[in-house]
Amino acid sequence: MTPAAPLRLAPGSRNVRRELAETWMARDILYTFADRDLRLRYRQTVLGVAWVVIQPLIAAGVFTFVFGTVAHLSSDGKPYLVFTFAALSGWNLFSGVLTRASACLVGNANLVSRIYFPRLLLPLSVVPAALVDFVVSLGMFAVLMAVYRVPPTAALLTLPFWMLLLSAGALGAGLVATSLMVQYRDVQFVLPVATQLLLYASPVAYAASRVPEKWHTLYYLNPLVAAIEGLRWSLLGTPAPSAGSVLYASAMAVLALIAGAVVFRRMERGFADVI
Amino acid sequence: MSSDGRTAGPAIAVRGVSKRFYIGNRARPTTLAERVARAMRNPFARDDREVLWALKDCSFDVAQGDVVGIIGRNGAGKSTLLKLLSRITEPTSGEILMYGRVGALLEVGTGFHAELTGRENVYLNGTILGMRRKEIAARFDEIVAFAEVERFLDTPVKRYSSGMYVRLAFAVAAHLEPEILIVDEVLAVGDGEFQQKCMGKMEQVAQAGRTVLFVSHNMHAIATLTKRTLVLDRGACVFDGSTMDAIAHYRAMQASHAGIAGAYEAPPGTGGIHVASARVVTSEPGGVHRSGQPIRFEFELEVPDVLRSLCFSFEIVDAEEQSVCQLWCFDRDARFRREAGRYRLVFDVPTLHAYKGNFTIRTALADRQTYHEIENLWQLCPFIVVMDDIERQDFDWDDGTRVYLEDHTWTLTRAGSTDAPQRGGFAL
Repeated sequence: MTPAAPLRLAPGSRNVRRELAETWMARDILYTFADRDLRLRYRQTVLGVAWVVIQPLIAAGVFTFVFGTVAHLSSDGKPYLVFTFAALSGWNLFSGVLTRASACLVGNANLVSRIYFPRLLLPLSVVPAALVDFVVSLGMFAVLMAVYRVPPTAALLTLPFWMLLLSAGALGAGLVATSLMVQYRDVQFVLPVATQLLLYASPVAYAASRVPEKWHTLYYLNPLVAAIEGLRWSLLGTPAPSAGSVLYASAMAVLALIAGAVVFRRMERGFADVI
Repeated sequence: MSSDGRTAGPAIAVRGVSKRFYIGNRARPTTLAERVARAMRNPFARDDREVLWALKDCSFDVAQGDVVGIIGRNGAGKSTLLKLLSRITEPTSGEILMYGRVGALLEVGTGFHAELTGRENVYLNGTILGMRRKEIAARFDEIVAFAEVERFLDTPVKRYSSGMYVRLAFAVAAHLEPEILIVDEVLAVGDGEFQQKCMGKMEQVAQAGRTVLFVSHNMHAIATLTKRTLVLDRGACVFDGSTMDAIAHYRAMQASHAGIAGAYEAPPGTGGIHVASARVVTSEPGGVHRSGQPIRFEFELEVPDVLRSLCFSFEIVDAEEQSVCQLWCFDRDARFRREAGRYRLVFDVPTLHAYKGNFTIRTALADRQTYHEIENLWQLCPFIVVMDDIERQDFDWDDGTRVYLEDHTWTLTRAGSTDAPQRGGFAL
């Protein structure tokens, strides 16, 4: 009559296996949230999906003008617009996941304080939505490739790896940020500044090869360098990042995910009390 | 009362559960900078936050298939208890054992999104409440039929009337079919017909052998649905027994409080947009009001965050929990919609037309945009309306037969005659 094990609610009573099973059972929430975000984003905007393409196109245009035309930076021999657009798609995937994941708890305070569901699904659900944006901008990228007559290379096959790398790193950082933001709202002011800095510390508007040799050790501490260069290599056939730097970036992404999961779990129990 | 264990196993066991909150919002740093600044100013300061026990050493058992009511005044700990049972927060001490899938309906329509259509919201809300998409698809027609919104399925819910919105929200939750259903005050919303429907649905759930915990201020609903009821007061479980006894206990408690507490003060630690205080200024001291005299209702509203569609209203409610009339401030330009802060809102009624009897008020803060009920408070500021200075020939004012008196005049003539009429009437 009675199910095998009752659910025990007590201070600090946590059961990882049960939580994981519950999260899996509730996986439809992930889909629903992602679906909601996408629908809301594209509803009631005149240009709809086009925004996903127009935004990076304008940004790439600005970078092309400032860094390519005015500053005459090299773009590894590719047309500057295509060169920056490729990196910007990757950058937008990263910053999209990071910004949305970091806002997901405070932004859904109504939900968090009134209904229980595995909380982890909230930050997880921003990934599919950001990936959809990424795929849409890839479509635009294909058009640019055709216009500028840049042929794809076999490296394109590695694209899923770079997508995974970028979203995993962003999700890890986003988990930490969203947990902290519940308690400390200053995170929401720090984050935009930090991402802005990170954008210029990553080879988005310029090629990593332009960074002077003596700065390389410091420069490559930013795991995004290898990830963005890798993505551009896969899309455009620009020089590939070194195996070492890719290994380092992957290790950092895994580390960020673990750190994010640990912080999130530790803060999770108090979310509804402080939010 | 709880069963003997041979016929039904346990559904819920609550053992010495307490929940502590830290209060004094101003005392708590909300940004890292503030915390650092404070630590630098006084590195050896002890944690001086005030402690509030929203629930203290609460224990009870519920057997499978039991339908149990929970009653208590505002701030007695009911909401905290439900939040613990539904896993929204964790107890500070003690333990709770739950046997079976839990479905909680703490607020109708949580998780609805105004921009999405009715159809999309059914899926959104259903999955959040714990249903699989497949389950929702299977019950979709049933849900929509229950809510009676077939024609508006593809309309964004922001264009729904509040009645439609609430119906759809309840319909989703009602079709959840959990083994343990926790319901908080759903009957406070919607019209009478819909409330009947909700009651019917909950009875059906109970008869299907599922466990139901039901919080309400509506004693009629509690008495209809449950045989056993818990009474909470100041975080403690002060009574656990038959519903009739529990209601009597609660009424006695109310009466003893009514004498002292004419005014309402929000319990310390209340957060978010809320009524900070409420007061009725009656014509006589001690909460006694003469019918026909001007009456004043004073509120203080705490609005920590700006909400452009914030609505405040209250109702005068008679002893049978029937609303007599509603007063409101839904002004588009109301200041409390534009700027955060604490506001004093005073309502003046030049002539109160209430019939003699006992009255309380019921306040509601709501978000017009999403139909979110931000705060509902019941049975505030009890006051008594008397009519001992108003005379009526031949028939004395009898007790409790009506709630309202109207000014009127009459003219009397012999039918068919053009004589000057005889005139009379009544005015408060």
